[in-house]
Amino acid sequence: MPRETSFRDDVAKGAVRTVNLLSRLSARGSGTVIGGRVGLTIAPDLLANLARHRDVVLVSGTNGKTTTTAMITTGWGGTVTTNDTGSNMPEGLVAALASSKSRSVVLEVDEAWLSDVARATTPKVIALLNLSRDQLDRANEVRQIAERWRVLLADLGDVMVVANANDPLVVYAAELAANVAWCDVPTPWTTDAVSCPRCTKPLDFANGSWASECGFAKPQVLVTSDAAPLVVRGTALDLDLQLPGAFNEANAAMALTALSYVGVDLQGALERVNALSSVAGRFSLRKWRGHRLRLLLAKNPAGFSSMLLTLKSDGTDVWVAINARLADGRDPSWLYDVPFELLRGHRVFCFGDRRLDLATRLDYADVEYVVVTDESTLPASKDVTSVLANYTAFQEWRARTKPC
Amino acid sequence: MLTIALIYPELLGTYGDGGNALVLAERARRRGFESEVINVGIGDEVPDAAIYLLGGGEDGPQRLGADLLRASSFAARVRDGNFVFAVCAGLQLLGTTFCVEGDDEYEGLGLVEATTTRGEARSVGELVVRVDGRALVGFENHGGRTLLRDDVEALGAVELGRGNDGVVDGFRTPDVWATYAHGPVLAMNPWFADKVLGRALGRELAPLVTIADQLYDERVAALAR
Repeated sequence: MPRETSFRDDVAKGAVRTVNLLSRLSARGSGTVIGGRVGLTIAPDLLANLARHRDVVLVSGTNGKTTTTAMITTGWGGTVTTNDTGSNMPEGLVAALASSKSRSVVLEVDEAWLSDVARATTPKVIALLNLSRDQLDRANEVRQIAERWRVLLADLGDVMVVANANDPLVVYAAELAANVAWCDVPTPWTTDAVSCPRCTKPLDFANGSWASECGFAKPQVLVTSDAAPLVVRGTALDLDLQLPGAFNEANAAMALTALSYVGVDLQGALERVNALSSVAGRFSLRKWRGHRLRLLLAKNPAGFSSMLLTLKSDGTDVWVAINARLADGRDPSWLYDVPFELLRGHRVFCFGDRRLDLATRLDYADVEYVVVTDESTLPASKDVTSVLANYTAFQEWRARTKPC
Repeated sequence: MLTIALIYPELLGTYGDGGNALVLAERARRRGFESEVINVGIGDEVPDAAIYLLGGGEDGPQRLGADLLRASSFAARVRDGNFVFAVCAGLQLLGTTFCVEGDDEYEGLGLVEATTTRGEARSVGELVVRVDGRALVGFENHGGRTLLRDDVEALGAVELGRGNDGVVDGFRTPDVWATYAHGPVLAMNPWFADKVLGRALGRELAPLVTIADQLYDERVAALAR
């Protein structure tokens, strides 16, 4: 059991706030990670102590963490502590927890850190969204993450796991947990779960279900959203999101399910989630040098596929920005797992450090492209231009644009 | 008709490896050769093809891929002279033995006298290999250490990264070429893609200018720094 809060913790908490403040004041950073690091050094149990006696919801998975976390925060209502800066490793979590005393806490957690964080924070609910290939140069293999989650959830005890029943890797991770609410949500990307996580034999996907010959199969669901309307534990909800795409319907279904387990009234939560129109700059309308832009974050094959499907096939120009820095994953091989063929008929402007990798991918996909070397000569458009960018490229575009 | 068979893309395609099939098909098409890509799925017969492509995969899928290929006509077809280009896990399972899931040793297809054991550390990062006097650039991410029998020719000498063992990368027999540079290595190295394509078509190819040439020059310059 974690110790009761000690003097040492108080010093550490103060240090987190002070260092973060100094970091922000000195304009050296967004001021979340550095302070957290100092706090963890002073008191390693800080995460546990800061989370004690609070209602903690954790959100993890490859795609949708930030959006789902924002949906739970908004849907909960009142003051909610959350790491909405996107810092989702222990330092960032400590910084978020130290910044506010509210009882309600929602944290998005990096997949690789979920075990440590869940053991430290004793959450009421863990939402597991999906698992697919992402930054494999850092996290190595998707299945290792599923295996680690499985070990965690088998002995975590008194927690409600809200899990995606259409993602076999998530089901494998959560099937030994004591309490699971399985959610039937849109999950188009199953390329990383073709072979059974239990027996490695081929999985058979048919009629909205899936099964392996070893008996591993899609579990009974408590929540359905693959067919309208959304039903959360028997309550029908009229989902009418401002945010685009089937993937956001999946995020909303999981968010509302999580909220139902911390005693939040679902109808009120639904109205607040429906009204959400932008998350951390994502999907937001921005302006830059006379252009009106919609910034879309897409950082791995599953996320990119989902985002491409939200574009109208109206032949408008699309801007795509690709980097391969540390936070993006250094290896842009994944560009060949993205169905860029969907962009045929559009003209694609290639931005970012790795614009030539992107241009080559588009060339082989038979998509018209322009490698942007001079940003002052971009053609004007009366329409809103969609900008798809991966992680650090998205941050750059967010920084250089202004809200409309 | 140039038939390109992509072997078990669901199992062996972790890092965009299917891109290699796309690159070969497009570079053939732009030179006026008809080409087709056959995705050989789990449970499908391995068809006759001018070239078989093997990609990378996670441990479990790699083992399943090896089991399925062992039970198929694949090895016999390669011994009859069909051509294979393999990357990453595909390289490992063409050898005699490989290790996955800890130190458990599995039987490979034995098409090349190469054994793969678990390396001391994972090899993750940019890989540059000197092949026929030119730099082959790519990215590697694997846990293997591959040793070639004395009479097996490596694909080239490692200039950056780890490859097989920190000294050489891949192997090249008349019918089986392989590298640890995973994913769309042929996209990044158009000159090497044309070597592979030329071997598959059995002829010399005229140069083809594409944006990939600029990408290659940029990567070589970036990695030389």
